[in-house]
Amino acid sequence: MKKTKQPDGRPVLARDSRWVAAKKHLKSYWQLYVLLLPAVIYIIIFAYQPMYGAQIAFREFSIKKGIWGSDWVGLKHFERFVTSSVFWPLLKNTLGISIYSLVAGFPAPIIFAFMLNELTMNKLKKTMQMITYAPHFISMVAVCGMIVLFTHREYGLINVFLRMLTGAEGIEFLAEPKYFKTIYVVSGIWQELGWGTIIYLAALSGVDPQVVEASVIDGASRFQKIIYINLPYILPTIVIMLILRCGSLLSVGSEKILLLQNALNMESSDVISTYVYRLGIQDAQFSFTTAIGLFNSIVNMIVLSVVNYLSGKLSGSSLW
Amino acid sequence: MAERKTMSDKVFDTINLILLILITLIVLYPLYFTIIASFSDPHAVAKGEVVFFIKGFTVEPYKNVFINDEIWIGYANSIFNTVVSVLLNLAITIPAAYVLSRDEIKLKGAFMGFFVFTMYFSGGLIPSYLLVKNLGLVDTRWALIIPAGFSVYNMIIARTFFKANMAQEIYEAARIDGSSEFGIFFRLVLPLSGAIIAVIALYVAVGHWNSWFSALLYITNKKLYPLQYVLRSILILNQEMNIVNVDSMESGEAMQALMRRKYMAEGMKYSIIFISSVPMLIAYPFVQKYFVKGVMIGAIKG
Repeated sequence: MKKTKQPDGRPVLARDSRWVAAKKHLKSYWQLYVLLLPAVIYIIIFAYQPMYGAQIAFREFSIKKGIWGSDWVGLKHFERFVTSSVFWPLLKNTLGISIYSLVAGFPAPIIFAFMLNELTMNKLKKTMQMITYAPHFISMVAVCGMIVLFTHREYGLINVFLRMLTGAEGIEFLAEPKYFKTIYVVSGIWQELGWGTIIYLAALSGVDPQVVEASVIDGASRFQKIIYINLPYILPTIVIMLILRCGSLLSVGSEKILLLQNALNMESSDVISTYVYRLGIQDAQFSFTTAIGLFNSIVNMIVLSVVNYLSGKLSGSSLW
Repeated sequence: MAERKTMSDKVFDTINLILLILITLIVLYPLYFTIIASFSDPHAVAKGEVVFFIKGFTVEPYKNVFINDEIWIGYANSIFNTVVSVLLNLAITIPAAYVLSRDEIKLKGAFMGFFVFTMYFSGGLIPSYLLVKNLGLVDTRWALIIPAGFSVYNMIIARTFFKANMAQEIYEAARIDGSSEFGIFFRLVLPLSGAIIAVIALYVAVGHWNSWFSALLYITNKKLYPLQYVLRSILILNQEMNIVNVDSMESGEAMQALMRRKYMAEGMKYSIIFISSVPMLIAYPFVQKYFVKGVMIGAIKG
């Protein structure tokens, strides 16, 4: 603690000098904080306010009484969800779709990136990238419209091909629960295969050519080069992407599913987010569905933290 | 390198090339088919005769799409909403990202945590819905624009850009020259941020152009429907469209006319998919490098 005195004779304390320093800092930099302000206000209103509003999960929300006036009911809504008959089917579908997407969809761009990386013809490589990136830019509605058209029982493209190859009767794919997850996952791979390679190709461009050169002199084949040089090099990137994917294991987005869902495929297409939409928005069961949403977010948070921790311990790559 | 290629390398290269070409063609085909189907005789498409080439070239489906007002209203709404949304996002994202890239800022870790936390945790659909409702935005186009006015993800990309491309010493020098912080941002930083402004603008534009879910939540007034929402009613919900030139072609039986109508309605779907994707497909080759840049900047440190 400094023993100097302020003009009024009062001794200066550490707290005071910090205060003075902060004042001085603000005096010369306040304009920076003004530039930051709109973003802070935005996040408070549109991200933190809903989190605060999520307390209706613990209340019996009624529009008349508002968030504040509604009665506390503790964990009633959570209990109701976990013990309800829809809980296990919803969990099964949600996890089923996301694990299927993860297992089939996660390695696809990595393999494709390795293949593209081996291509020495630059013009062709550029063209291939251009073409395979394109589906990423087509809207979800248009993609699902294409799926509906292509799977039509009579004149859908897929059925036309099936008829040509096997002469089989047409199948109304979207009306059969057993095809739903595959349609969802395969169309997802189609849309994101090319786009997903960007991050890996960027990582691969950092591989040291001298190391590759040395391995070639030592007689490494192309395949060995990929396995022993390229793969370890981009492993941290792969791990980070995998952690992020695991963190959203329980959040299969509702947008694509709502577009492809119909009464006939419901038993395999209904996931937590579509259930929340149906009961929350359409039936206005606000408290119950907020509880489900909160349950979902918390489980995701826990999974992300655990996977991140494990990954940090095992491979040294982690998000934080 | 080339002369050192062994036999097995050559085999590897050939197989790799063939597989790559195959994959590319498979990815391309659904897009290609949609386009040729939209220009083919709808009857031939329905019979499965269109597979690799246009059959019975016609623009009838397009003519029929053009007489449906709701598609054009949707187009106009989407263009307006997208432009406003891009401007709003830029106005909030770029300054915030710049500020958080400055070394001088205090409590930077706290600010970043405050922002990043919202990427991993949210109140969920229902509280956000109730918020928009309470703000009185329902059934206005602002319900689509304002809640999507800022994204933390984009801010982090822009911040990474500023950190990588602007030396902190410039700011010090500008301050010594007597420039205010506003002056530094508007006269020094902004003119050098063209690339990142383009990246963020394109990200927001594509996202907004393609979005439909908020319209499902907040909009009931038909005049405010964005294009994607109109598309959904036509493509997914099979909503009836205006169709002309079909019944009048042949005064056959009612049944035949009905079938023709049905085929035409299907044919129109292909053309609608194409028309709605045209802005993206035209812009895409030019802007692709900016998108790639965005992903790469984001990848440096998420």
